[in-house]
Formats: sequence, C-alpha cells, structure tokens
Amino acid sequence: MGFRKVAIVGAGITKFVRRAQETGPEMSYLASKMALDQAGLKLKDVEMITLGSAPDAFDGVHMKGEYLLSGAGGNNKSYIRNFVGGGTGVFAPIHGWMHVASGACDVCLVVCSEKMSSCHPHPQGAFLTIFDHTTEQPLKPTLIWIFALEMRRYMETYGLSKADIARVAVKNKNNALDHPSAQVAEAVTLDDVLNSEVLAEPVHRLDISPASDGAAAVVLASEEVAKRLTDKPVWIDGVGWNLDTAYWATKDLYYPRYVEKAARMAYEMAGITEPHKEIQVAEPYDPFDYKELHHMEGLLLCERGEAARLTAEGFTARTGNLPTCPSGGALGVGNPIAATGLMKVIEIFLQLREEAGKRQIPGKPRVGVAQAWGDLMQVGTVIVLRR
Amino acid sequence: MKERVAIVGIGVTGFSSVSPSLSFKELTYTAAVKAYQEAGLHPKDIDSFITASEDFMEGYSIFDEYVPDQMGAVMRPVQTVTADFLQALGIGCMMINTGRFRTIAVEAHSKASNIKTLDEVKAFALDPVYIRPLKENADFLAGLEMKRFLEETGNTEKQCAQVVVKNKTNALRNPHAAHAANLTVDDVLSSLPLSLPLKELDASKPADGAIMVVLASEKEARALCQKPVWIKSISWFSGQGNPWCRNFAYADYAQLAAQKAFAIAGIINPLKDLDFAEICDEYSYKELQHLEAIGIARKGEAGFLTQTGATSLGGLLPVNVSGGSLGVGHTYEASGGMKVIEAVMQLRHEAGMRQVPNAKTGLVQSWRGIPTATGAVAILSNE
Repeated sequence: MGFRKVAIVGAGITKFVRRAQETGPEMSYLASKMALDQAGLKLKDVEMITLGSAPDAFDGVHMKGEYLLSGAGGNNKSYIRNFVGGGTGVFAPIHGWMHVASGACDVCLVVCSEKMSSCHPHPQGAFLTIFDHTTEQPLKPTLIWIFALEMRRYMETYGLSKADIARVAVKNKNNALDHPSAQVAEAVTLDDVLNSEVLAEPVHRLDISPASDGAAAVVLASEEVAKRLTDKPVWIDGVGWNLDTAYWATKDLYYPRYVEKAARMAYEMAGITEPHKEIQVAEPYDPFDYKELHHMEGLLLCERGEAARLTAEGFTARTGNLPTCPSGGALGVGNPIAATGLMKVIEIFLQLREEAGKRQIPGKPRVGVAQAWGDLMQVGTVIVLRR
Repeated sequence: MKERVAIVGIGVTGFSSVSPSLSFKELTYTAAVKAYQEAGLHPKDIDSFITASEDFMEGYSIFDEYVPDQMGAVMRPVQTVTADFLQALGIGCMMINTGRFRTIAVEAHSKASNIKTLDEVKAFALDPVYIRPLKENADFLAGLEMKRFLEETGNTEKQCAQVVVKNKTNALRNPHAAHAANLTVDDVLSSLPLSLPLKELDASKPADGAIMVVLASEKEARALCQKPVWIKSISWFSGQGNPWCRNFAYADYAQLAAQKAFAIAGIINPLKDLDFAEICDEYSYKELQHLEAIGIARKGEAGFLTQTGATSLGGLLPVNVSGGSLGVGHTYEASGGMKVIEAVMQLRHEAGMRQVPNAKTGLVQSWRGIPTATGAVAILSNE
C-alpha cells in the first residue's frame, strides 16, 4: 500500500516581540493569512485546521484552543488543538500530516500561536505549576533551575567549558540578524555571553532565549493539490515524537534518549540510515545554548559529546558542513514556544526552496530536519523535510 | 484506500461524584489495565497513545507531562489534544488511516472533585477582553442559549425537564452512573434557578472517572477480537468561535459534524438507520437542541419526541440510555468517551438491563461546553 505524500505549500511568521499589541487570536490570524497568501489559497479552500499552543497559563484562558479558534480560521471548520508542551511547534505540522496523510482532507492549515506576555509579571510564573505537586513543588523549582542541572550534567560528562557552550549563543544571535522576525538578534561576542548576568549557575542571561509573543503557520496539501499549487513543494518525509517519564529526576540528564527515539522514528519513515551524511540542514530546538548541542547528539547528527567541538570548528555555521539553526533559532529569533518550533520547520522549508534570502545556505540542500523539545526534559518531536 | 478502524478494547473505572482513594494517575491506570487486558495487548504492542485533557482541569501547566507513566507509555509516541475524547478518537482513526500505525490507545479522565473552584475555571474560558469583564458565572451563556432556543423552536421548559427525568431514570440501570435519580418533572421545574430559564437540575453535575479505548486497523482487529465495534465515521466542527457572533438558538457545529459523519457512514435517514444515540446533555436543553441539529428530530419537535417517549428506552430511537451526562455525571474532556463506552457495550450486546434490542448502529455526539461551539459526531456499528 502506498502512503499518501504530504507537502508544505505555504508558510507565514509574524514578528517575534516581547509584548505584542495583538491578542492571541489576532496573531493567529496574521500568520494564517500570510501562509494562505503564499500558498495562493483562501480560507474556504482549507478543510481542516490544527493549532498548536503551549500552556493555557500563559494566556490565562481555560480551553485556550477554543479562544484562539476564530483567529486561526476555525469558524465553521474542523478545528482541533494539539499539545505536547514545548515540543508542540514541531508536533503541530506532524498533526497536520496526520490529517492529510490519512485522507481526511487534502488541505490542512497548521497554526502555532503563543502570547507569553499576558502572564504577569513574567511568563516564568506559568512554569511554577508544571512540577509534581507533592514531590517537587515544595522545593520551589523554576525552569532555569532544572535546566542549570541538565547543563551542568552535560558539561561535566564531556568535560566542556562554558565557552564551548556559549559559542552556540554567539552563532545563533548573529544568524538572527538576517531574520525579519527576530526579536533578540545581536552581534554578540563570546565574552558578552560569558560575562552576562548569572541566572542560575552555569546558566547566564545570554545562554537563554527570551520570552516572546508570536505566531507562525503553514499550509499542508496532498500530493495532487500540492503539485497544482506550486513548482516547489517541500515534502514531509518523516515524522517522529516521543515522551519520556514525568519523573525526570530518575534519569541521567546528559543525553536526551527521547529525542533519539523520536529521531529514529522519523528517519526510519524517511528512509534515512546515516543522518549525519544525508541531512544537509538542521534546526534543533535551542531555548538554551547547550540544548542545541544536546539535540544535535540526540538527532544523531554527530557522535555524543562531539557537538561542542564541531560548533567551535565552524561545522554548524551557515557555511559549514551541517548548517545548524541558520534561522537564528530560539536564541536569536525569539522563543514564543509553539511558534518557535513551527518557525524552525518554516526555516527548513525556506532553505530547501532556496528562498531564505540572506540566510540561504550554499549547496542546494535537499534534506533537512527540525526538532522541538519540552515538558520536564521529556518530549522530542522531529520532522524530516525533503525538496 | 482507507482502512476500517475498530474498537478492540475498552476500560472504564465507573464514575462517582468523589474519588478520594484514587489519584487521577490511579484512575487512568485502572482504566488502561482493563482496556489492554480486553484487547489482549501489552502497552508495548500499542503503536501510539493519545490523551484528551485541559491544563486548568488538571491543575498543572503542561499537563501532558503527567500522561505517559500510568498508561505504560513511557518513551513512546504520546500526544495530547485539548479536545473532547471523541476528537481524540478521531485523531486515532486518522493515524491508523495513514497506514503507519496499527494500534492506538486513547485516554481521557475527569478528576473534577479535585477542583476547588470549578465555576471559576469555567468562567476562565470566557474571552478575557469581551466577556470576562462582565464578571458573570459561565452558566449565564447557557441560560441565554436555552432561552433563545426555546423561543425560536417552540420547545418548552417542561420538555427540557422531561429530558432530565428520562436521563436520570435511565442512569438507574447503569452501574457506572454517579447521578441517577427518580425525579418528577415538577422536581426539575421547581429546582433553584441557575440562570433562568436554566435551573439547577437542568445542569449535569461533575463526576470523576477514567476511560481508555484501544483502536486497531481492520486486519489487527480481526485477529485480536471476537466482537470488534467499527468506527464508521468521526467528524468534528466548530461554529462561530466568538459567542457574540453566534445564533444561540442553533447548534450549527453539531449539524455540520453530523452531515459529514452521515455522508461518510452512509446514513440517509438517521431515525431509521440508527438504533440508539448518545447525545451531549450537559444541560437538558442541549439534548433537544442537538437532536434537532443532527436531524434526528425536525426543528421544534425534539421536545415532543421526548414527551411521547420516542427517545426513551423501548422508544423509536432511545437517546442516552446510559443516563447521559445528566445521569452518569459530567466528565468534561472524557464526556464523549463515557458515551463511546456505552455505545460499545450496546453494540456488543453487553449493556444488561439497559440493552437496546438488536442494536447494530449507534451515534455518539459531544460538545466542548460553555463557551464553545465545538462538537463531534461519531457513527459506530457492529457490522
């Protein structure tokens, strides 16, 4: 039995900002409109919609999916919200793939919208209640606190220095200078990152992506429709996702096994056996600089413990052998959680179509991978795209 | 070519107004073990897992963190949809239809008794800019909707009360039910006002419980199961997202969903082609409104059908023989699931005292509750 092929035929991203004037539904509208315009479609051509957005606590709205519905074009349509925490942005197009690959529809709109700034005084507050109410919340942990543990463990395992890690922030924030949606693009130097204010050792301010508002959208179409709409469809070749235990304190944090499992699921579907050779561009999730390295290893793009050296050697620069986060990533473009993941998928889409403008990597890339990560160091979502 | 999808195992805890001895994890675990045992599958044999849940109902941000462990789904492809169980079931069918998954487990639960401020959580779903400043209890929208529906269709408050009496009586025959009762129409009509014309007994009461359903592709199902229940179609639609843009009289989401589900399942005359229906009755008037939207009753006649016993057990088309949300209890994201469990038991002819004779095809319908206009319709059959 042949599988139905699914292509991305249009994409849109709003500007990522700290405090958007627009509401969540309005941002969803802006991104959806851009994606439909690029695909040359109207809302009436869309049969089904799937929306991704991270916790309701950001917006302070219960059933947030229903709240965002009208902005995302959901009136009088089949509309559903998918949710795998921080991994949602890459899971949303996977959800859209299910809609089209199953034959349920030929055109599916995928929207990711995040308005973190509604959460006062700071969106970190929304993360205080992600922890187990009995075993963890009494310790009053924050996200930065637990990721400092993970970063430390990663550095210790492979004997890495802060500079090894900080090079990722330098690369990505500089890459983002060429991204029109970027919120915190900056020509920073290694010293800037190392000397930035300490949040929870070893995590410094410039090691972290910012809180952001923003939205992104893509239009997915079946093979027949895609070929009618565009000369340059980008195919969804592989999808994978994986969720580890909620008891994060029971596992060794040096390596994201769940990302590897998700990647293997996607690679198997895409027929990729040697990812480091077959993949030409990667957008691993980089909410913290060490996470890019962590995820390169989880995605099997390099040997364990090698990612920092490869970064130092320029391997992951736009002109390197494996350009990684050419968009500027969450560290440079900004991190409106679900929208970030979809922004990464869109970056691969643009790179494969050779439409990334100043960000375009050389060598006519044919295969790319995007990945997101979230929950309690727990979920990996992976998508492989092919020109 | 799309493959047929079957339900090959169900697990349910039963429902109760409180469940102090079990956490939500233990409730889910109980349902999951039953479902896997019934399907004859180990969780390792399940290709993917889906949960339907909402953060604020669970008291966690990013609740999907706490999903995998008690389902045996650690390090597996697990996803959450913030939707009704029926929609999650629909996503499961889609996944099997991609040809890349053979078995899917779908879970939902309610631990409403844990929520100290249920009314406030419900009100938190109201639009923060346009509606929340009115500082109203969320039920005010249900009251407005009921008023408009009765005005435009000619159905009466008394007929709504008859829905409550029917469903709570039906629930007396359902061992899973938490809110079964022998009531009279006068009891309902004289109950305290909630948001007039909506009264206290017109609204369903919360219940705790967990549900799991195991889905399989046709080939797997034939090998696994003696009495597979086939999912002929599942469709979901949203009407106008903003309440202020809506016609309160009609449930257009249910109409759209039913039209599509009927077309796929080949249902031409629902009254003739269906043997029973499990309809969302979170509020009494909703059952009538949904019956008319779906096309089981003509506009303005759903109340009459109820009054004449056509929707009672033994009638022309029994509606909510389970007891519905009014009788079993309102289980939020699990609401559609509670009704799917009933449909599966009816179609396997295992519903005991409340069995609909010779049931072959049934309809399950769900709604996401105030303030939404989102709902799903599924057609299930044993042939």
